[in-house]
Amino acid sequence: MGLESALGEGYLTTKLDALVGWARKSSLWPMPMGTSCCAIELMSAGDPRHDISRYGMEVMRFSPRQSDVLLVAGTITYKMASVVRKIYDQMAEPRWVVAMGACASSGGMFRSYSVVQGIDQFLPVDVFTAGCPPRPENLFHALMELQKKVENSSVLDYRDRKEAIHIQ
Amino acid sequence: MNETLEQVIASLRERFGEAVEDVVEFRGDVVVTVARDSIVTVVEYLRDHPFCPFPLCEDVFGIDQFTRKKRFEVNYHFFSVLKKVRIHLKVRVDEDDASVPSITGVFPGAGWYEREAYDMIGVHFPGHKDLRRMYMTEDFEYHPLRKDFPLMGVPGSIPLPKRG
Repeated sequence: MGLESALGEGYLTTKLDALVGWARKSSLWPMPMGTSCCAIELMSAGDPRHDISRYGMEVMRFSPRQSDVLLVAGTITYKMASVVRKIYDQMAEPRWVVAMGACASSGGMFRSYSVVQGIDQFLPVDVFTAGCPPRPENLFHALMELQKKVENSSVLDYRDRKEAIHIQ
Repeated sequence: MNETLEQVIASLRERFGEAVEDVVEFRGDVVVTVARDSIVTVVEYLRDHPFCPFPLCEDVFGIDQFTRKKRFEVNYHFFSVLKKVRIHLKVRVDEDDASVPSITGVFPGAGWYEREAYDMIGVHFPGHKDLRRMYMTEDFEYHPLRKDFPLMGVPGSIPLPKRG
C-alpha cells in the first residue's frame, strides 16, 4: 500500500519545497515545556477524547535534541527564561515555537516584576495561542496553522518565515 | 483574651520587663511587640515555656509599613501544640539599620523564612549562616516587596537571553 501502488508504473514531478514540506508537516515532534496550568490542557490534548495523534504530532519528546516544536505551555518567569532559551538552543533545526496560552504570549494576568511579558522577547515565536488556558481544540488550531506554515516554508531557508500567527 | 495567654503575657512582662514594648489583641490574636535585642531570648523562652511551650514556629515574614520611623517589621507566629493557642511577636526596625538577630539558633527551620524576608523586604538577619536570596536571582539589586519598588520591576535589572 505504498506510494508505488498508488502511482503504478510511472513517475512523479514536484518541487523539493513541496515534497519536504508535506513530509515535515505531519511528523512534528513536540517538546512539552509545561510550566503551569496550560500543561494540564496539553496533557488532556493527548487523551483519547481529544487525541493529538490525529495530526501526526503525538510523539512527545522530553529531550530537546529529538524534537521539532517547542510548546511553551505556561508562565515564564525571568529566572526560567534562560532555561527555556537553553532548551530551545539544544533543538536541532528546523525548529518551531508555539506560545500556548495568555501567559506565554503576553504575561497573561501576571503583570508583575517577575514574569516575562511574552516569550517573544527572547524566542522567535511562530504561533501565539489565546486562552487561559486554551482548550485542546484551540491548541490543535494552533498546531494546524503551524502545519500550514511548515508546508509552505522553504527547505533551504526555513527561517524566511512570515509574520507570527495569532490564534484568537 | 485566653486565660493561658494572659498568664504567658504576664510571665513575659515579669521576665523581660521593658523589652516587651506593647501587647495588642485583635479578634483573638495577641501580638506582642518585642525590642530587637531581646527577640532571640524571648523566642527561646517561649519555646521552652514552663506551662505553655510554643514548639512550632509557623511563620516569619517581613512587612514594609512605609513609615518615616521604624519602617520595617518582622513578624513571628508561634503555636502551642499543648495548649492550642497562638502567639504573634513583632519587631520593628529603622530603614538605615534594617537588621534583626536571627532565630535560627532556636528554630533552625526559620532559616527559610528569614531568607525569604531578606530577599523580599531587605531586612538582614545577623547570625543566619546562609542568608542568600530565596526567589530572585543572586545578582538582583532590589527588594521587590518594598512599597517603593515599582510593580513591573526595574527595566533591565534582570537580563533576558538575546532573541535570535
